[in-house]
Amino acid sequence: MGGLEKKKYERGAATNYITRNRARKKLQLSLPDFRRLCILKGIYPHEPKHKKKVNKGSTAPRTFYLLKDIKFLLHEPIVNKFREYKVFVRKLRKAYGKSEWGTVERLKENKPTYKLDHIVKERYPTFVDALRDLDDALSMCFLFSTFPRTGKCHVQTVQLCRRLAVEFQNFVIASRSLRKVFLSIKGIYYQAEVLGQPITWITPYAFAHDHPTDVDYRVMATFTEFYTTLLGFVNFRLYQSLNLLYPPKIDSQAEGELKPAEGKEYAMDSESYLERLSALSASLARAVAPTHEDEVEMDEFPVEGETAELMDAKKKEQEALEKHKKLFEGLRFFLNREVPREPLAFVIRCFGGQVSWDKSLCIGATYDAADPSITHHIIDRPRLDKQVVGRYYLQPQWVFDSVNAKLCLPVADYFPGVLLPPHLSPFVTEKEGDYVPPEKLKLLALQRGENPGEESEEEEEEEDEEEEGDNDKEEEEEEDESEKEEEMKLQKMEEQKMEEQKTQTGKVRLEDKQRLEQEQQNEEKRLAIMMMKKREKYLYKKIMFGKKRKIREANKLAEKRKAHDAALKEQKKKNKKARQA
Amino acid sequence: MELQPKSMELQGAPKSMELQPESREFPHHFLQEFPGIPSPFSPRIPWNSLTLSFRDSLEFSHPFLQGFPGIPSPFSLCFPLEASPRIPWNSLTLSSKDSLEFPHPFPCVFLWKHLQGFPGIPSPFPQGFPGIPCPPLTLFPVFFPLQDIRNTVGNIPMEWYQDFPHVGYDLDGKKIYKPLRSKDELDLFLEKMENPEYWRTVQDRQTGAEVALSEEQLELVRRLQRGHFGDVSFDPYEPSVDFFTHEVRIHPVTNRPADKRSFIPSLVEKEKVSKLVHAIKMGWIQPRKPKENVPTFYDLWAREDPNSVLGRHKMHVPAPKMPLPGHAESYNPPPEFLLSPEEELAWQQQEPSERRPPFLPRRFASLRAVPAYPRFIHERFERCLDLYLCPRQRKMRVNVDPEDLIPKLPRPRDLQPFPTTQALVRDFFGNMRLEFGGILGYGASGSRAGTEAEDSQEKLGKGADPSISWNPNPSICLVAVAVDEQVLLVNPGLGDRLLVAATDQLLDSWEAPEEERIQPVRWVPASPEERAKGIRLLVQHSKPVMQVTWHGKGDYWASVVRNPGSRQVLIHQSSRRWSQDPFRKSPGMIQCVQFHPLRPYFLVASQRSVRIYNLLRQELTKKLQSNCQWISSMAVHPGGDNVICGSYDSKLAWFDLDLSTRPYRLLRHHGRAVRSVAFHRRYPLFASGSDDGSVIVCHGMVYNDLLQNALLVPLKVLKGHAPALDLGVLDVAFHPQQPWLFSSGADGTVRLYT
Repeated sequence: MGGLEKKKYERGAATNYITRNRARKKLQLSLPDFRRLCILKGIYPHEPKHKKKVNKGSTAPRTFYLLKDIKFLLHEPIVNKFREYKVFVRKLRKAYGKSEWGTVERLKENKPTYKLDHIVKERYPTFVDALRDLDDALSMCFLFSTFPRTGKCHVQTVQLCRRLAVEFQNFVIASRSLRKVFLSIKGIYYQAEVLGQPITWITPYAFAHDHPTDVDYRVMATFTEFYTTLLGFVNFRLYQSLNLLYPPKIDSQAEGELKPAEGKEYAMDSESYLERLSALSASLARAVAPTHEDEVEMDEFPVEGETAELMDAKKKEQEALEKHKKLFEGLRFFLNREVPREPLAFVIRCFGGQVSWDKSLCIGATYDAADPSITHHIIDRPRLDKQVVGRYYLQPQWVFDSVNAKLCLPVADYFPGVLLPPHLSPFVTEKEGDYVPPEKLKLLALQRGENPGEESEEEEEEEDEEEEGDNDKEEEEEEDESEKEEEMKLQKMEEQKMEEQKTQTGKVRLEDKQRLEQEQQNEEKRLAIMMMKKREKYLYKKIMFGKKRKIREANKLAEKRKAHDAALKEQKKKNKKARQA
Repeated sequence: MELQPKSMELQGAPKSMELQPESREFPHHFLQEFPGIPSPFSPRIPWNSLTLSFRDSLEFSHPFLQGFPGIPSPFSLCFPLEASPRIPWNSLTLSSKDSLEFPHPFPCVFLWKHLQGFPGIPSPFPQGFPGIPCPPLTLFPVFFPLQDIRNTVGNIPMEWYQDFPHVGYDLDGKKIYKPLRSKDELDLFLEKMENPEYWRTVQDRQTGAEVALSEEQLELVRRLQRGHFGDVSFDPYEPSVDFFTHEVRIHPVTNRPADKRSFIPSLVEKEKVSKLVHAIKMGWIQPRKPKENVPTFYDLWAREDPNSVLGRHKMHVPAPKMPLPGHAESYNPPPEFLLSPEEELAWQQQEPSERRPPFLPRRFASLRAVPAYPRFIHERFERCLDLYLCPRQRKMRVNVDPEDLIPKLPRPRDLQPFPTTQALVRDFFGNMRLEFGGILGYGASGSRAGTEAEDSQEKLGKGADPSISWNPNPSICLVAVAVDEQVLLVNPGLGDRLLVAATDQLLDSWEAPEEERIQPVRWVPASPEERAKGIRLLVQHSKPVMQVTWHGKGDYWASVVRNPGSRQVLIHQSSRRWSQDPFRKSPGMIQCVQFHPLRPYFLVASQRSVRIYNLLRQELTKKLQSNCQWISSMAVHPGGDNVICGSYDSKLAWFDLDLSTRPYRLLRHHGRAVRSVAFHRRYPLFASGSDDGSVIVCHGMVYNDLLQNALLVPLKVLKGHAPALDLGVLDVAFHPQQPWLFSSGADGTVRLYT
């Protein structure tokens, strides 16, 4: 023997983790400062694999940080800035207390500030990393930009958020990178694809917020502080990648068009610029004038291991994408005033459409409602008294559904006052065994180029006609030929049925055998499951439970749908009878 | 000192404000009596230039006013105090901090709230009032035009009369009734339509009467509503008149010589300057930092290096993205995603954290009807909390096909023969123990022998839980039956007559030894009646016997006695009628014992472990740890190298003696306690019976190759026994030759599966 006694918890996992309180003490920070630091630096607690070992034998619930993370925080220059700020506040309070206004002024001038540039660079070493993490940043900025300019946070923050959000929207328009839109009950989800990264964000509907009391706005403000910095840099880089000027400038040509339309005293000069930008109706100025020859076809380099089929598929996909980007090209939209202007203008512009609205609604209207070249008039009221011939009056859902379907949907379902078809989420891709709503099936068929909707409608009509035919005997007499045809049909049907019966009788035995076989196999499986090891059996049971639940849920949905459809049909019939009577 | 009338507030004005608003403005009335004088109260009159005298009246005099021609000098204002001719000033008392009050029936309160902002001006005025701190005081006795008394109750809160039909009493003590106000909506409407004065009619709170406002009153109300002064003629913006001219005059106002301190440099200033200089020298005061003129945003990733990943990023666990919304979240979802009323109720009653989906799906007919989502900020906030508070852990998600998890076993039909169907059921009373005798020396089949044995045992049987065991030696026809505290050695008389006779002879050939040995049991030869029944010997134990088991040779047998403590196992030799207790110390509660079929080993199963003793060397060879809580039964493979143990915690442990002392395989096939286990003598089969009423037959192939482990395959679950009294199958036994299985259950049946 010999050597020193090995003490417990002085090696291994216990030394890799540190509790929050100990970390705080090590950094000599107060809890709010520690929280800010963690938020800004993106430090989060880790769940150790063996909690008891790390917790030195205790099972008390504690949060653990990686010791490395905390050591890494020790070198952070911002920590010193926090301390400086604390000193500054203390001095300021003292000066106020002594009414030394000169000192107060001097202190305020030398207020310590900090920058987050290096943190952004450190957390996102490459641009793609930053894009990958942009979801939360965008959602937060869009939320903060809807906050009132009083109370909950600094006015500057709200303004900055608004600016950055508008800049990002303008970029998405300029690059035509929007892919999916979804109107949910929570807000509007958008998904854009930038440099191959899907970026999803949500914006609330434009209403005043009922600010909750159980939300800590300081935490949100700290996150926003970081997110605005991140989004600013990302915006700069994105604008640069498209050769756009940053901060964005409206194209001078477009600006000229805008000027006369706008009222003289719409807003102050400084504000009206952002307003015009946020109108989203004008294109942006480029640093280098665009030449149309820029769009050189990319040479194709066959990658090794890629077959021709794959290449073809890729090419097709690319073509579909290009087509999707130009979905609304050449269409001229007009938004009625009850329609949410900003989301619609954004979506339409993202797919190449032109959009305008009433002049009194917002700055940036380019043409008015009477313009004869308008093709689509978006309206969200039951009916309109005066309708102009030569344009479709549609509900706003048409725009969103068309974008998600990647084609301009038939307009008939979306006329004003019509019961809208369900709005489906474009984010769901049903796998095998999942429940697929019938509307989705219809849509898929449409995308494939078939036209199932009309057929089914015709069928329904036919059915109705048949029913009518039963009722009205006069019509029967007229339609002798059709009767003959029907007879033929019936005969065929009978023959078919006979055949089916024959095959059925043949099948019965087979099925019996099959069933026996099936039973035997099932029993074998059951016996084999008995022989599974405990851990595997647990896993197997868990997987099977999940699968069964999924199936159950899908079945439930299908059943519900069936019941609903049946009820609807019943209702229709009743209505029809009532009308006839 | 500002003596602006508007800054005065009057409390306790006797009449309600709506009706008599001008009573607030009263100071103005008397100021207007002096036309041509710039209102003496609006300019600033310093206190020390005012003298007030009050005996019968308040008097202001000021030198400044004397300079105006045409005004009687000294200027004085006489306040006609008719309303209350003599208010003794010294009866003024300080009632509260802010107001002076007259203890006089005449209500009059003064406020000096506005006047307290001028410290340092000596007030000549309140010297007569002890206890009043120095704030300068303006006193204006309140007077107002006497009005007819509207009610008789005085200045009381009118709510007190709210519930009564009257307000006060007249001189005769009769109630003064309020005007009737029992108008319903229709009356009100009619009045509204018909009465042109309706819009200007208000209710007097004090009397309840309705009063139509006059033009002047209306004008006043309008002015007040607009935020103007009540008095039309009052101009708040009249130019102020300086006391002294602002223009620089050539002559000084005073003729005082200049101070000495105006000639010499200031020491105080010098001190201050030197302090500042020192601070600058020490670097405590920094010059203002020049504003950095760096653009806020620039190309941060201009020189990005994908390899410059920080060390800590190795452990980085990126936060998972928010889940994307499904169809149910749509503002206009397909109808099947909406909750039915019952589902919605259930959803409401769940804990908010357990709700699935976490939001209530709703359908709106148009986009116009969609309201704001009330929990939007909450959700963002919760996301923030998740990002910085939630502990993260990298979890490997198993992505396996569940079919791959099922072990690949040979198909049972390839492992035939084994019992598959129930062939025979026979009812018995009581609990059965099964035992097959004979390696077929009897001519009768084993099964018949077994049931015969059962029969005989039934004839004898009284005990609730007897044990029975056939002598495995083919040349001896003997059965050991444990009944209560006795073990009976029975010659069933089955099979060859010679064998039966030989057996009897063997037992009878015993001769008593010369010296009596002290034995743990008593060997008693059977009485003639018993002998007629077949019983040859009785072995009297001290405690109830749980189990008897024969050695392979057929001479020795062992019995387990229910005796907590020592002497639980006894080994007997039937030919010498001799018993011994092999253990000096008890190895715990012994469940069952077995002789090894080939080697001189003795297996003893205690609650948790199986001990294997070498009988020749008289030592412990092995101790098998069963990993079970309570062993119920044990069986030894005819090959001798494998042992199975059933346990009450529904496990079956297969031990490979060459492999380890731990179970080679622990089978959890049964749902409830395993009562008995058995090996087949010829086929590679073993079976276990359990309280869940099922018997499971398994294939247990043992290979001669030492490198190959035994192959265990469950073959068949045999069901048939109904559980009774929480007991299912009590005992299982294989047929010695055929692949048949017998089981006895608590339902009082013996079943044969073939």
